[in-house]
Amino acid sequence: MTALAVLTGHYLRVSFGNKFSLVFSALQPFLYLVLFGPLFDRSGVGSWAVLVPGLLVQLGLTSAGMAGFTIVFDQRFGVLERLRVTPVSRVTLLLGRVLRDSVVLLVQATAIIVAAYALGLRAPVAGVLAALLLTTVLSVGMASLSYTAALTMRQELFAPVMSTVVVPLMLLSGALLPMSLAPAWLDVVSRLTPFRYAVEGLRALFAGSYASSALLWGVVVSLAFAVLGVTLGTRRFQRENA
Amino acid sequence: MIHARGLTKTFGPTEAVRGIDLDVSAGEIVGFLGPNGAGKTTTLRMLTTLLRPTSGTATVAGADLFADPAGVRRRIGYVAQGGAFAPFSPVGEELVLQARLYGMGRAQARERVTTLLAELDLPGVEERTSVSLSGGQKRRLDIAMGLLHRPELLFLDEPTTGLDPQSRANLWDHVRRLREQEGLTVFLTTHYLEEADALCDRILIIDHGRLVAQRTPDELKSEHGARTLDEVFLAVTGRELREGAAA
Repeated sequence: MTALAVLTGHYLRVSFGNKFSLVFSALQPFLYLVLFGPLFDRSGVGSWAVLVPGLLVQLGLTSAGMAGFTIVFDQRFGVLERLRVTPVSRVTLLLGRVLRDSVVLLVQATAIIVAAYALGLRAPVAGVLAALLLTTVLSVGMASLSYTAALTMRQELFAPVMSTVVVPLMLLSGALLPMSLAPAWLDVVSRLTPFRYAVEGLRALFAGSYASSALLWGVVVSLAFAVLGVTLGTRRFQRENA
Repeated sequence: MIHARGLTKTFGPTEAVRGIDLDVSAGEIVGFLGPNGAGKTTTLRMLTTLLRPTSGTATVAGADLFADPAGVRRRIGYVAQGGAFAPFSPVGEELVLQARLYGMGRAQARERVTTLLAELDLPGVEERTSVSLSGGQKRRLDIAMGLLHRPELLFLDEPTTGLDPQSRANLWDHVRRLREQEGLTVFLTTHYLEEADALCDRILIIDHGRLVAQRTPDELKSEHGARTLDEVFLAVTGRELREGAAA
């Protein structure tokens, strides 16, 4: 437990010391908020409270999803191996990073929500706070899978592959336009991705419908996704040469 | 300090290490030599818990390699060939982090880092980044990283590769001093036979995944009627040590 706190603290200091990457990894959803949000709000499709939950999932994909990039460098410079010869358990080595990524994402998500309020978002505070929590759960799974991918594929492939994979995942989640507009085939494909459920769960929270099945599914799928991510991540960290 | 019996490692159909028995006593400096691909790195990674052996038994620094890898990790230091520092972070931060992962408190970790850096002729480099240090300084910094928790046994993977002769001799002095003052046991791999000759009490030569020699440098030389370890090595393995190796 102490080792986890030490590791997380160290990673947080490093991350918050690097303001550029802190801003940069949240830049995409922020640009969508400012440059696409006003259009969306007037399109008749939905209001800010429909768009912003989607942008939180987009943030999860771009910020936590690219987290594995940092481990590529740690692996190359022997930092990872040096951590692996300490008595600290493999799960802790993974979770220290993942917790950092979740805190970073929480800060970025809060900034986006605050900016959205300034632009005209109206949503219940309780729902928004719960949405932040759900986004954090999602980011745990996302970051863990990102590390798993980074340690599994060839180093130089990670950045191009991940930044490409993120695009269909985001489009299929209905983050930018609700999937209720989709033709049947696209709707079916969309239901095969976990982020669809997360987006709809978050939208339910922003709408204040706390007893909806959309929220239930959002929570269940996000939790399952986080458990899956951490399980795969732990297994990868326990493997040799990781 | 190390007792291994019948240690093997197979990767798919490839037998990288085919049954190694080795013993290292406390306070020894042992050189582990072998041509590239002989199983040297694999053996080192097994003894440092980074790779799980396929079969065999071993106790390292008093802990069972299979049953208690965390116990082994607590008692050994490992200095990898490529170093262990991210290039652009202050080295002091990384050292303190590492010390704390071995269970030290923040103040204790800072103090240990300061003392150790002074002992290794690196006083006050805490704020520097590792890219700003010379090759010799960087290697001593790597050794500091491996010694933070006062291990009984230190593994050094090619500690002087790429260093100029002066830095190399300087590093040997540090290793000797650590053995004399702290009673440290050192297990090192090297591509330099003169290094093995000058620094090591005993030499283990591995070839094709088997130990082919396990003697003092002088015993090896007289046994093979050789003047230098290079001649011994050629006689034992039929190859030059640095043949095709990255020097």
